Amino acid sequence: MKQILAIGTEIFGLFVEDARLTAALAVWIAVAAVTRIWWQSAPRLGAIALFVGFAVILCENVLHVARRG
Amino acid sequence: MIDVAHSSPAILASFLASSVECVEALTIVLAVGAVRGWRPALIGTALAAGLLVILVAIFGAGLSLIPLASLQTAIGILLLLFGMRWLRKAVLRAGGIIALRDEAANYASETQALRSEPGERRGWDPIGIATSFKAVTLEGIEVVFIVIAVGAVGGLLVPATIGALAAAAMVAGIGLLLHRPLARVPENALKFAVGIMLSSFGTFWIGEGYGVEWPGGDLSVPGLIAGFLTASLISVGIIRRIRRLTLLSPAA
Repeated sequence: MKQILAIGTEIFGLFVEDARLTAALAVWIAVAAVTRIWWQSAPRLGAIALFVGFAVILCENVLHVARRG
Repeated sequence: MIDVAHSSPAILASFLASSVECVEALTIVLAVGAVRGWRPALIGTALAAGLLVILVAIFGAGLSLIPLASLQTAIGILLLLFGMRWLRKAVLRAGGIIALRDEAANYASETQALRSEPGERRGWDPIGIATSFKAVTLEGIEVVFIVIAVGAVGGLLVPATIGALAAAAMVAGIGLLLHRPLARVPENALKFAVGIMLSSFGTFWIGEGYGVEWPGGDLSVPGLIAGFLTASLISVGIIRRIRRLTLLSPAA
């Protein structure tokens, strides 16, 4: 049982290590899904916005950690 | 026949990511072999390898039942979360915020822990088998995920599997020759590269699942890689500057 729990925890940990980062990414993914209907008239802009959002989230997260030391 | 130009990013991503996981598993298998004997180390490894083959067969077959758009989005989200986790850690390590992983130190602490465990050290050694099994299973599950995630959507499971098997063979071969952990592997550079590749693939597949139009189609993946690389390098530069300023400030 302990081994199964350890494996379950490990699998969860594959995707979630920093809750702040995971939450921010999840929000951006959800925003992109909800607003899909609006940016379907400019699908290339949607693609660029999707990437820029993820890149900004990464930068903000690591800089936040760095500032906190 | 495998189209090398089409499948080389999947082979490379799978090979690099699997190398990192295999190095981590090798450290523990070597520790078990050195302290508890090679028989339990190899039995545990073989049992874990068998379990991983079963997992690949189950999940690989099940994926074909999921509609393409849903599969693209789901795999994209998982790849992004996985890739960003590695990329974040690699950026923080490169910036000096968290310590680099030390395989030699991990090997030393693992051998120390195994020496303190009681029980039979020759023949059937449950502790040795369980330790080796757990390490190979846990690291192997990451390899299985990487292979499925990188290969499932574009019909690239075979190239991704070849990349992972090549990594496992290379790491096992070097470990067999050296009989010590691979402490000089540039693990953070590998994690940096793999984190960027997986985040790029993840972003691409989420976009495909959502129906966005990537400029240049499939060719936008190298552009995404360049974008994540630029963002990461800028972050490392700023973090190093923050660290320098913090160390120089009178309050520090």
